Amino acid sequence: MSAKVTDYLLYLDGVCVAFDGFKAINSLNLTIRPGEMRAIIGPNGAGKTTMMDIITGKTKPDVGDVLFDGSVDLTELDEAAIANLGIGRKFQKPTVFDMHTVEDNLRLALKMDRRVRRTLFWKTSSGEEEKLTKILATIRLTDLRETLAGGLSHGQKQWLEIGMLLAQDPKLLLVDEPVAGMTDAETEATAELLKEIAKDHSVIVVEHDMAFVRALDCRVTVLHEGSVLAEGALDSVSADQRVIEVYLGR
Amino acid sequence: MHRSTLMSRLFARIDSRGRIFLGLLAAGIVLMPILNLVVPPGSPLHVPTWLVSLMGKYLCYAILAIALDLVWGYCGILSLGHGAFFALGGYAMGMYLMRQIGTRGVYGHPVLPDFMVFLNWKELPWFWYGFDMFPFALAMVVLVPGLLAFAFGWLAFRSRVTGVYLSIITQAMTYALLLAFFRNDMGFGGNNGLTDFKDLLGFSIQSNGMRVTLLVVTMLALALTYLVARFIVTSKAGKVLLAVRDAESRTRFLGFRVEHYKLFVFTISAMMAGLAGALYVPQVGIINPSEFQPGNSIEVVIWVAVGGRGTLVGAAVGAILVNLAKTLFTTGALAPYWLFALGALFLLTTLFLPKGVIGTLEEWRNRKREKAALAANTVPAE
Repeated sequence: MSAKVTDYLLYLDGVCVAFDGFKAINSLNLTIRPGEMRAIIGPNGAGKTTMMDIITGKTKPDVGDVLFDGSVDLTELDEAAIANLGIGRKFQKPTVFDMHTVEDNLRLALKMDRRVRRTLFWKTSSGEEEKLTKILATIRLTDLRETLAGGLSHGQKQWLEIGMLLAQDPKLLLVDEPVAGMTDAETEATAELLKEIAKDHSVIVVEHDMAFVRALDCRVTVLHEGSVLAEGALDSVSADQRVIEVYLGR
Repeated sequence: MHRSTLMSRLFARIDSRGRIFLGLLAAGIVLMPILNLVVPPGSPLHVPTWLVSLMGKYLCYAILAIALDLVWGYCGILSLGHGAFFALGGYAMGMYLMRQIGTRGVYGHPVLPDFMVFLNWKELPWFWYGFDMFPFALAMVVLVPGLLAFAFGWLAFRSRVTGVYLSIITQAMTYALLLAFFRNDMGFGGNNGLTDFKDLLGFSIQSNGMRVTLLVVTMLALALTYLVARFIVTSKAGKVLLAVRDAESRTRFLGFRVEHYKLFVFTISAMMAGLAGALYVPQVGIINPSEFQPGNSIEVVIWVAVGGRGTLVGAAVGAILVNLAKTLFTTGALAPYWLFALGALFLLTTLFLPKGVIGTLEEWRNRKREKAALAANTVPAE
């Protein structure tokens, strides 16, 4: 592995992606420090999901640098390799394995050797059980560990997916709209959970819900038309005239 | 002691359905030779040799069905080309049986099979070398389908060809092989294929003893196929396969190399199909290009759907049921309508028994159990 060229955990510089001529991401610059929590907001079509696709290897940028941990070029890796480097992703629509139990969902996510010949002859270790119990308690699904994930409520699925991220134990978590479709109480609890997680992980949260972003109490980046419009504390960016224009669609 | 723990661990992974299935196979392995060879033909308990061969044929189809269920039921790969792997295994066995004929062919050539003499070939093509040796032929039975599946899967899964597109190219694969094997200059007997077999390992292939031995070997192979498939689907890798089936990209973002899992299960499955084909050929006495027909592979899907996708035992049951129906249908006055009946069967299954026979039975049993549990819970509360 080459020497570190930056101290940032995640470093995006001059990234552009066009789909059929439409510039989804337009010279985007974004940096995340180790241990930082960052909220990304922006109107529909601002490029939030595309940005996540680029970081996780689903989409390759046309130009620009995407560096992880100061030295790893993410544009050269595929999804599985990036996931194993320590970048976990929660999708906008909760995607869990419906036909597996809550417990098995977490077991599949746990950090491990994911090659076929290892999983084929897998033996459960006691460390695995310990981690599992801890995560189940964190996401409050201990009583439902034997339930098929398909039978969970929407909010529970969101939490299970966050639990799967925890099980992966990534260095960086990408969380796409974690509170969409949640009740106020669930939203509040989710904010607490994410803040707890952010204590020893770097987290990027994409969200529309302003009350939720306020509850996260972290630095905010506003995306618009594929590039950064404003960055800073929530109060300062929401006072920014350009941000108000974009959101009001003047 | 190590072996016994291994056996008990494997046994613990087999559900009650699987135990019944294996029990029936074990009974068949013990009883069939007795009922066919020892019980006199006049007795009502006597199993005639034609029935032995018919059962052997059905059970070969059951192996093929389990192979397909492994990829389709558990990993979501709807292969419409498994008939090709079956036929390739069959051809490998057929080539061995051809070499066993020796000088007893119509032309009496010591090395060349009849069709090569007829085509004026002077020497054996290189790809027929070694097929006079049984262990070599046996290895080819699984290696050739396995290699084809590996090469095909490597290209298809790496390019992320999925769903209906994958199904279509598997159909194209079996169709291409059908056309290739039809050609005389391919060196596999062209249109007529390979037939007129005499011996297997020096024993006459027509004899009662050989027929019943082939049935027993087929039952053993079916049990082995089931055990291997069951081992895979109950392992952690099996859980990954299910995850791939239900949410492929999620699995990828967890860090699993989805294409490796698909390639592994597709290759194993093709090898099982090859084994089924190899056991099928000596029992029906012929292998020809019609086994590559795209329709054959589609029929396998119907067996699995009827029996119950993702249940393994269901796939075997489906294969036996549908082929039993086929035999009954096509030997009577209803013969011209078999394809309509098969189509109707598929439609009715997907509409009314989407989980297949075995899957639906299990659902009933679970519902009954739940009701019983509910009743037990409410009674003391009153």
